[in-house]
Amino acid sequence: MARRRNLPIVVLALAVIAVQLASAAAGKPQYLTQLTMAGYYSLVIVGLTLLMGYTGQISLGHAGFFAIGGYTSGLLTTYNLHPRGGGGLVSLLQATGLLVAGQDLYGGDLLVVRPWAACLIAMLVAIGIAYLVGKPVLKLRGHYLAMATLGFGTIVYKVVLGSSLVGAADGISDIPAFPLFGGVVVTGKSALRVHNYYLAWGLVLGAMALLTNLVHSRVGRALRAIHGAEDAANAMGVDTARYKLNMFVLSAALAALGGVFLTHYNGGIGPSEASIMKSVRYVAIVAVGGMANLWGALIMGVLLNFLSLRGSFGSYDDAVFGLILLAIMLFAPDGLLRVELVRRVPGLRCVFGQERAP
Amino acid sequence: MSLDLFFQYLVAGITYGTIYAIVAIGFNIIYNTTGIINFAQGEFVMLGGMIGVTLHALVPMPVAIAGAVVVTMLVGALIEMLFIRWLRRPSVLRLIIITIGLSIGIRELALLLWGEGVRALPYFTGTAVTSLSIGDVHISPQVLWVLGISAVMVAALNFFFARTLLGRQMRACACNREAAQLCGISAKNMVTLSFVLSAGIGALAGCVISPITYVQYDSGTSLALKGFTVAILGGLGNSMAAIAAGLLLGSLESFSIWVMPAAYKDVIAISILLLILFVRPTGLFGNAEAARLKDY
Repeated sequence: MARRRNLPIVVLALAVIAVQLASAAAGKPQYLTQLTMAGYYSLVIVGLTLLMGYTGQISLGHAGFFAIGGYTSGLLTTYNLHPRGGGGLVSLLQATGLLVAGQDLYGGDLLVVRPWAACLIAMLVAIGIAYLVGKPVLKLRGHYLAMATLGFGTIVYKVVLGSSLVGAADGISDIPAFPLFGGVVVTGKSALRVHNYYLAWGLVLGAMALLTNLVHSRVGRALRAIHGAEDAANAMGVDTARYKLNMFVLSAALAALGGVFLTHYNGGIGPSEASIMKSVRYVAIVAVGGMANLWGALIMGVLLNFLSLRGSFGSYDDAVFGLILLAIMLFAPDGLLRVELVRRVPGLRCVFGQERAP
Repeated sequence: MSLDLFFQYLVAGITYGTIYAIVAIGFNIIYNTTGIINFAQGEFVMLGGMIGVTLHALVPMPVAIAGAVVVTMLVGALIEMLFIRWLRRPSVLRLIIITIGLSIGIRELALLLWGEGVRALPYFTGTAVTSLSIGDVHISPQVLWVLGISAVMVAALNFFFARTLLGRQMRACACNREAAQLCGISAKNMVTLSFVLSAGIGALAGCVISPITYVQYDSGTSLALKGFTVAILGGLGNSMAAIAAGLLLGSLESFSIWVMPAAYKDVIAISILLLILFVRPTGLFGNAEAARLKDY
């Protein structure tokens, strides 16, 4: 069993390498940029798949967590603490090595939080907010849950749009690169394109390994029980509230991780990342992928985000995702990459066959 | 805060609150007959305003408004028949996503048809600067139009549901669908009718409010959220309580400008929504006993 489960991960890793080699051979390395960005968006999508597909809890506010991660990290790494240099807190931070000094474009002194510290803080903030919001929100069901998460997403959007601290409608720009380890730096510079491609997809691989193992464990069975019949699961001794909250926080953390990395990769973030349309787009992709189907969601997520980032949908971007959502829910509520369909193709069985409860 | 300024804010709050209440009643009509929250409710208001403005270029205003209401009602009927009527035992999640998809579709279609521009009908009487003065409080005549038309609309709806056969049939479906069907009422037609009705009142609201708030292809989203907040605040399904809740939310929002920047006005309304959902999902006027039987 374990080997069969890990096979798709290996296939994905090989595919990632093959795509890179193919793009190098074809002389089209620019595709890697969009694939890198699509990879970061995929982190949000697989997290949401866990929450929506497996646990059965809808969230129309996941763009909010993506934005919380990106904005927090972006703000911390660009907000100049130098004018407050004398303050006790700033000196303390400086003494612990959390700050880094530099110069801005005009030669002025700059004192900002180190990227890795900012990333860590951003993740903690997102997880904290997810916990605080999730606890009351997940008591709700159906329409109430949808509206409450939609409300949360709207609040995040309105706050980043209305706050001059984070650049209001312009967002944050000139966010510094994020040196990770060795020579690996999260940056949009074309010289490091291949590095970043592997970094993004390494993260996706890690997330997929974590999530596929999770859904096949005791936890995964509990989640499917919650999805099937929450009250029955509760009666059988599954701590439904705790499981739902943990999955909500985990999926929010994945969204925030994608947000942090994509923000440093792009060197900026704008309020559109927090918009409701973004949240709806994530839901649409999870639905197309087949709801409780991590691999389906990943494939559709990469495909649709890649096409969208390449500009294939022109100015009809939102309309395309709205129509996809509508069409899928009307005609194929189990998604396009349906387990029952795919299971008939023997070669694909090992990839998709195990994703749904038998 | 001086007293006349207080009243000035109160008038603004009541105006907006009335519109939120009308949107909430639209939610309630559909919810009562189908159990669906129609996420495209705000788009009906936007469509009404947009069609009204377009028709007004050709015909006099009362005809334009009537036309806008009729066209939006047709859109409502079409939506229900094309996208909802034929679904067999759809899950709540599926219905939520379908109405969200519809709202995006309508919005994008509006963007295609009317562009990004902001539009408005002219003031029904006078101009933007005309005002009636009561002491030091100045009220635009349009505010009186909004309040008057809303009051007539609510009275007409009450009459419809209480006295007419069709209205009673709809209420019967809301109470007990199976029993109503056994009495020979076509539940499916009642569902279509509920969409038509709430599209109609949404469109009328969109027309009367447009001189004050203007209308744009995406103005439906925030109206829908506010309307839903009001519907929840009053207790989902309870239209009379929605009016009180609407006035309350409108006033709160209006006075919030005193303590917070106007950019955060929407944040106030939505925070109230979350708070109510967390603390008292039955709404302010809801019955806790009856609520125990429901699923939140």
